[in-house]
Amino acid sequence: MGRKLLLEKAHVPGIRNYDVYRREGGYRSVEKAFKTMSPDQVTEEVKKSGLRGRGGAGFPAGMKWSFLAKPEGVPRYLVCNADESEPGTFKDRYLMEFIPHLLIEGLIVSSYALGSNKTFIYIRGEYAWIVDILEQAIAEAKNNGFLGKNILGTGFDLDIYVQRGAGAYICGEETALLESLEGKRGNPRIKPPFPAVKGLWDCPTVVNNVETIAAVVPIINITGEEYAKIGVGKSTGTKLISACGNINKPGVYEIDMTISVEEFIYSDEYCGGIAHGKRLKACIPGGSSVPILPANLLLKTAKGENRMMNYESLSDGGFATGTMMGSGGFIVLDEDQCVVRNTLTLARFYRHESCGQCSPCREGTGWMEKILKNIEYGKGKKSDIDLLWDIQRKIEGNTICPLGDAAAWPVAAAIRHFRDEFEWHVQYPNAAQNRNYGLAHYADPLPVASAPKA
Amino acid sequence: MAEEKKLFKVTIDNITVEVEPGTSILNAARMIGGEVAPPAMCYYSKLKGSGGKCRTCLVEVAAGSTADPRPMPKLVASCRTNVMDGMIVKNITSERVQDARKGVVEMLLINHPLDCPVCDQAGECHLQDLSYEHGAEGTRYEFPRRTFEKHNLGPYIQLHMTRCILCYRCVFTADQLTNKRVHGVLDRGDHAEIATYIEKALDNDFIGNVIDVCPVGALTDKTFRFKNRVWFLKPEDAHRDCPKCSGKVTLWYRGDEVFRVTGRKDEWGELHDWICNDCRFEKKKTSDWVIDGPTKVSRHSVISANHYVDTVKPHEALPEVMGGRNPRLLMDIHDVSEVNKPNIDLSKIPGPAHSNDFKKKD
Repeated sequence: MGRKLLLEKAHVPGIRNYDVYRREGGYRSVEKAFKTMSPDQVTEEVKKSGLRGRGGAGFPAGMKWSFLAKPEGVPRYLVCNADESEPGTFKDRYLMEFIPHLLIEGLIVSSYALGSNKTFIYIRGEYAWIVDILEQAIAEAKNNGFLGKNILGTGFDLDIYVQRGAGAYICGEETALLESLEGKRGNPRIKPPFPAVKGLWDCPTVVNNVETIAAVVPIINITGEEYAKIGVGKSTGTKLISACGNINKPGVYEIDMTISVEEFIYSDEYCGGIAHGKRLKACIPGGSSVPILPANLLLKTAKGENRMMNYESLSDGGFATGTMMGSGGFIVLDEDQCVVRNTLTLARFYRHESCGQCSPCREGTGWMEKILKNIEYGKGKKSDIDLLWDIQRKIEGNTICPLGDAAAWPVAAAIRHFRDEFEWHVQYPNAAQNRNYGLAHYADPLPVASAPKA
Repeated sequence: MAEEKKLFKVTIDNITVEVEPGTSILNAARMIGGEVAPPAMCYYSKLKGSGGKCRTCLVEVAAGSTADPRPMPKLVASCRTNVMDGMIVKNITSERVQDARKGVVEMLLINHPLDCPVCDQAGECHLQDLSYEHGAEGTRYEFPRRTFEKHNLGPYIQLHMTRCILCYRCVFTADQLTNKRVHGVLDRGDHAEIATYIEKALDNDFIGNVIDVCPVGALTDKTFRFKNRVWFLKPEDAHRDCPKCSGKVTLWYRGDEVFRVTGRKDEWGELHDWICNDCRFEKKKTSDWVIDGPTKVSRHSVISANHYVDTVKPHEALPEVMGGRNPRLLMDIHDVSEVNKPNIDLSKIPGPAHSNDFKKKD
């Protein structure tokens, strides 16, 4: 049983309310930080913890904080990215819904560290009911003196505002989020300048994911050094994984990043195995935009080692044989799932969510969807597979924001690992309409890549 | 000036220039000029915030600066990336850039209607030039192209949304030049479109400039629509005392008739001065203007190809062939052709003529 830092108290009855949360030890970190630490010490503590951004990119949070420009007389802002829209990811929703005060507490400590007197939570529009939960938590915190003017007598003022998005995936990208927060069309900005220098209303801004902010609370409570001891290597602390797809127990799990992928899928503590006794075919381990892996590469790396649930191990082998931790949206596909159809669904999503600002993404995502549709519905050609590969190559890395990459990677990985299935769709279009390709050889053990002989 | 400004040295395609700090790679490359300057479809030096969208100006940065000579991992948009001292940039010398640019051109063209034969912009279209220089000859796109509902933007400006490449130049123009923002981008992704909110007409003294900034034929001049091809026109610089704008324009003549008025453009296709709607749409008589002389047009432009002096009228072949006959209706060329046998009356052959019909009688 792994150590739980975020969801430990999530199921205490009434934890959503201030009184219960406070009784269970809530807001201790605020007291500790405000009374015994300077803002720089808090940042230093987060740096020591090795906490990595939980939104997907995995950039060290302490480092991000230390990049924040601090010119005199210019306000600084902390923005919490609660625009969780990646298909397969629902960890922030769980956290905000069950234990909203943890986020508020984290925001207070983080705002103190960064010197932000106005902090925003940008939440996706579809999470309408969570806005009410957060507003209530903010009001309660305010009534108890943890928000507002002169918090705990330190002279530090803080107000937290909740802003609803209008339902665009692109507004989860930090600069698009800031544009949207400013009341403009949610187009990603061109970087540089980075938000740390010119963010919200051209002021220095830090944008952090909900889970990252929440993780600041245990870091302050148990110290950064202690936090860094949990986990492996550069994957420190605990991570929320939202598991979904064909598994027995879908849901949000907190893991300490020391377990293997196999254990995560099959142990009763976590996913509880594949539903209906079927076999595992493939998995997208970090939210829809990370590369899909077949069962054999998912459980073992190309070197023949067990693949673990942490940043390094999941990305072992690069994109050729690895994937990414991403935002922790763990999507499992069993043997009866069609990878082509799955890829089409993702391509359709990215076409729909592209902001249309830069040309490769605007035009390329639609093109990929149309070709995938042809292949899925038995009208594809062999050359279409190579064409798809070429299109994704032309999109990846050539766009303003990572949405282009996010649209290209799933297609690239599906072709890289499941080319046989695509070719089967093209070669037997009639059969492909009636049945799925099945598991085929995707779970067979792979020959271990040994070091080339000199 | 006591202190001399420190200039940044930047090497683009093995050519080194010194530029002021804060210059973008694109502008540094334009100082070198020629092929080294990356193409730009969305960047417009006079519009704040433009650029970075079309991705045609991508370049490879082989070394970031003298202080930090690491290369940048991704290709960067040269219009929005500033030079650093000692930066080494590869544009046409980089295969990666050429490949990516080809990809961008292909993406720009897959949903473009390619209706150049009926498009007023043909001949001065940046997308035409771009695809000619960097694109592939064929398309790999096999699907119906995207179309849009038509929007009416008022009496002067015609919007063809199907041709639009969403460079946002007109949005910036309308935003920065005019005091009331009336048009912008609606919707998202591949169905995003330039439009005014609820069919509002663009009505503003300087709104005509959106026609000049449009790199493609998406925004065209209604007063010039379908009147002529640009390569038949002769551009002349002219000016007038205009109370609203600089009054410096280019008049486009065919014979002694002014077909249209535009702003004066530099070698990168950008306007020197914004001109007002009066100058652009209303003053179409030579008597309204003081002529400054012929506009310099790049030798490579199709517009400079309009040397129609001393050309001979095409040879009229038909009267010769007819041998003096002048039928009211010309029906059957076999009748008179020397290739066939004029002695065989084709109308007497039952059914279509066959090679046997000719052999038999010879």
